[in-house]
Amino acid sequence: MSIIAEYGTILLILACLFGFFMAWGVGANDVANAMGTSVGSQALTIRQAIIIAICLEFLGAYLAGGSVTDTIRKGIIDPDMPVLLENPQLLVYGMMAALLAAGTWLLVATHYGWPVSTTHSIVGAIVGFAAVSISVDAVNWGKVSSIVASWVISPIMSGFIAFMIFMSVQKLILDSDNPFRNAKRYVPIYMFLVGFMMAMVTLIKGLKHIGLPLDYQESILLSLLIGLLVMLAGKMALSKIKEDAQADKAFHFSSVEKVFGVMMIFTACSMAFAHGSNDVANAVGPLAAVASIVTSGGEIAGKSDVPSWVLLLGASGIVVGLATYGYRVMATIGTAITELTPSRGFAAELSAATTVVLASGTGLPVSTTHTLVGAVLGVGLARGIGALNLRVIGTIFMSWLITLPAGAFLAIVFFHILKLIFG
Amino acid sequence: MSTSNLLSSVFGRSPIGPIQKHIAKAHECAIQLEPFFKAAFEGDWQEVESIQKTIVELEHEADVIKKNVRRSLPKSLFLPVPRNDLLEIVTVQDKVANRTKDIAGIVLGRQMVIPQEIRAAFLDYLKRSIATSAQAVRAMDELDELLETGFRGREVNLVEELIEELDQIESDTDKHQIEVRKILFKLEKDLPPVDVMFLYKIIDWVGDLADRASRVGSYLQLLLAR
Repeated sequence: MSIIAEYGTILLILACLFGFFMAWGVGANDVANAMGTSVGSQALTIRQAIIIAICLEFLGAYLAGGSVTDTIRKGIIDPDMPVLLENPQLLVYGMMAALLAAGTWLLVATHYGWPVSTTHSIVGAIVGFAAVSISVDAVNWGKVSSIVASWVISPIMSGFIAFMIFMSVQKLILDSDNPFRNAKRYVPIYMFLVGFMMAMVTLIKGLKHIGLPLDYQESILLSLLIGLLVMLAGKMALSKIKEDAQADKAFHFSSVEKVFGVMMIFTACSMAFAHGSNDVANAVGPLAAVASIVTSGGEIAGKSDVPSWVLLLGASGIVVGLATYGYRVMATIGTAITELTPSRGFAAELSAATTVVLASGTGLPVSTTHTLVGAVLGVGLARGIGALNLRVIGTIFMSWLITLPAGAFLAIVFFHILKLIFG
Repeated sequence: MSTSNLLSSVFGRSPIGPIQKHIAKAHECAIQLEPFFKAAFEGDWQEVESIQKTIVELEHEADVIKKNVRRSLPKSLFLPVPRNDLLEIVTVQDKVANRTKDIAGIVLGRQMVIPQEIRAAFLDYLKRSIATSAQAVRAMDELDELLETGFRGREVNLVEELIEELDQIESDTDKHQIEVRKILFKLEKDLPPVDVMFLYKIIDWVGDLADRASRVGSYLQLLLAR
């Protein structure tokens, strides 16, 4: 008790710093992965992608980021353990250590260009310090295993959705008498789906903490409206596109791909939004836990709402990370991905975004990287991708596995350092 | 700081583009035969030699592309089409360029004089044969579109039509070949026997060129049949 009272402010400031550091890492590493497909298929320039990412990440984190935060904050560790109730500072140190560990790991991974999962890092870190430094029983293993399951389920789910979307694109547009006309006809419907899906999840799950509770029916109506608005905006953008007979000679679908290029702007937006809503929790969750313990003077099971300044801090951390470092990763991805045409990238991104948004609606922290790799595989299975390098996919899978113990190890080290300093 | 990213290399380099480039190069090689023989008819051996050099160069360039395609097809690459079929296609395509080089080499080497009487028929025959490789290029050009539609639907029909046409042109060359042989048969007793032997060989090889180009179509059909 006395430690919290004595060092409360310092601890909180440190936690904010670590949280910001972690959010910076999320912005630098993960966002580039999320936006890479849009840049890689040349639907967006890097500058446009960054601007979109900044706006939509922020919105996603702020509007829809609330519910995953709970899982990170309270779902993994059981806060009612007698040890923790007696020594609330342990949880404070642990969460700070977890933030620092995950942030450090992200920094290392970004340095070497590994597309690691921020979710993995933070979950690994929290589980690590809790199991080793407090007790194995402190970890809510049921919850952890459901998170682990989501690592398997989310790539499969997004792969399946991507497969279906790309098949529908082939059926409705590519494999038709006049692909260009059909593209103009059907693409707005996909845009409607993007708008509707994003609005729906945001409204149902996220708006409580900014004081805008809506019931289910109101949400559906408002989402329909937003979907229609998105569709209209898309239609206007599409009307500017003319068929380019010259380019079509070399590749029949050149004009069609241009229509999908416009579509990519929308899926990039939804991807950024989805990413913000899900991954901000990784940085914000532990920070919120620390904040609630410190402000309540050491009470662990205090207020359950995430204060909005914490969400704001996380969101701005992501934006700063993206602006200061993310562009470099994005530039590499943007120039290196060549076999991803707008129609394929669109299917991959839309399905990854859908998966992430659905998952963040249910509170499961899924990894954007996982869903994206799953989605790319799905498009590939629909025979839509020129070539996929399975060896690289294997390597990525390995880096996913390493992330867990790495996060755990670093968290344990930082935990003991903090304990040494503050007692 | 290192900026390589694993995620970006998930998308392996697709071999489709290089394979299309390869058949285009092989065809470019075959096209040279027309000015080559025209120069030979004129007896302008300097020109013949310079065109032969161009052909050798183009054949070499095709070889380089072929090797690159083969190298860029590791077993770990997940492709929408069987890897072996793609390798076969490149091998067959390469034979078009090889045959062109053979023809040019032997004509220049022996400084062959083609009898006045068969020149017109021979040129028609040659043009038809080159048209076969042009058609093969056209069919292979559809490969990326096929990829986009997932080897299904009307794009498949379009390619099948192209292949049909390819076979048509190839059987056309057979008729031309019979024609040219017939004329040569009437002349052969008045010509030096060894020259006649090599003339028949050239006629054979020009037919071979068309044959090999049309085989590209057969392998493309194999990709569709899956």
